[in-house]
Amino acid sequence: MTVAEGTELPPLTIEATPTFVVSTALATRDFQDVHHDRDAAVERGSKDIFLNILTDTGLVQRFVTAWAGPEALIRSIKIRLGVPCYAYETLTFTGRVVSCAGRDVVVAVSAVDSLGEHVAGTVEVTLP
Amino acid sequence: MTIEEAAAKIAAQGESAPRQARDPVNQAMVNNWVEAIGDDNPVYTDPEYAASSVHKGLVAPPAMAQVWTMNGLHGTRADDDPLGAMMAVLDEAGFTSVVATNSEQTYHRYLRPGEQVSATTKLESVVGPKKTGLGEGWFVTTRTTWYVGTEAVAEMMFRVLKFRPPAPLRPQAPAPVLRPVISRDTEFFWDGLKAGELRIQRWGETLRHPPGPMPPDGALDTKPDYVVASGRGTVYSYVVHHHPPVPGKELPFVVALVELEEGVRVMAELLDAAPDEVHIGLPVVAAFVRVDDDLTLPAWKVAR
Repeated sequence: MTVAEGTELPPLTIEATPTFVVSTALATRDFQDVHHDRDAAVERGSKDIFLNILTDTGLVQRFVTAWAGPEALIRSIKIRLGVPCYAYETLTFTGRVVSCAGRDVVVAVSAVDSLGEHVAGTVEVTLP
Repeated sequence: MTIEEAAAKIAAQGESAPRQARDPVNQAMVNNWVEAIGDDNPVYTDPEYAASSVHKGLVAPPAMAQVWTMNGLHGTRADDDPLGAMMAVLDEAGFTSVVATNSEQTYHRYLRPGEQVSATTKLESVVGPKKTGLGEGWFVTTRTTWYVGTEAVAEMMFRVLKFRPPAPLRPQAPAPVLRPVISRDTEFFWDGLKAGELRIQRWGETLRHPPGPMPPDGALDTKPDYVVASGRGTVYSYVVHHHPPVPGKELPFVVALVELEEGVRVMAELLDAAPDEVHIGLPVVAAFVRVDDDLTLPAWKVAR
């Protein structure tokens, strides 16, 4: 794989169904009610249940290693959350290599849903 | 103690004591996680592939670092957990909701099944109050380090927004109605409505509505009485009120000037006709809308 600054990653689309929101929250052992109980989420000022941040980190890892290969080594995942990813949203990940030093690469990642940018971040990864 | 003072006190306590993961790094939790996230990287799940890979054996997804030490469904935070302590301070101050805003994880190495992880956390900063799209709140930043034995294996800067949710929109109680000014000259009319009568002022043989202090001919020595109208009449003219809002009324509503059988015209809301159903000449009957003990309003219903 030839990688240079500006290399685009293949996009990844995630359907954030209620089942997806709930199962990822539980798989990350996050039992905050806003991730599985719509009534509680609404009471707390949200429109619906929404993805938790541990899942965002996991999805970013999946997105980058799906491109970099199974033996790529993830060194860091730094993300900032924007708009929520509520149940029934479609989340689209895009990424671009922003720096390249030998096999050590920094990828800028963005995930957007219908409300705007949900995740913006960078991943440091060592390519195989 | 202010929020800033409470934050300074919590930050001064430094790192919490190590908090042990409930379980060692294990394949079952890895399998649940990769299944939910949809990550099919075989280094996490396929022993043969993993053995021949750069890892020389199965490893856990690095993004699971935080998962191992989550408190769980019935877990309680340790007494010295700075994030828990800061959340309690902000809950108390009315900032009851929380969303994560930043997570910056650095992985020093991949974890392997069987390794026992522990974590320590310290409070780094508390900044606020800030106005955000979610409501007013405070940004609380902590730094967590994960260890296997004494070896630091991962670190995280974690920031949450602890905010006061805006009051949920609830149906508003009906606003009080506009109340008429009732004078000695008009009191009989309002008393009549309370009794279910539509009373019309009479000066000798002459009916007058709205009631006034003297007869149409201006004779100051006559006294009025009233007749009780039959309540039957026809629409003489009307308006459909769309705007502005009127306390106690749902828009749009119809206000009709009705010519009574007795020959005078009385204005009131027409209750049961859609705006496009109303027309001049429409037969109506009087109705009485009780507001409370002191007030009943006149109204019309279509004579059907």
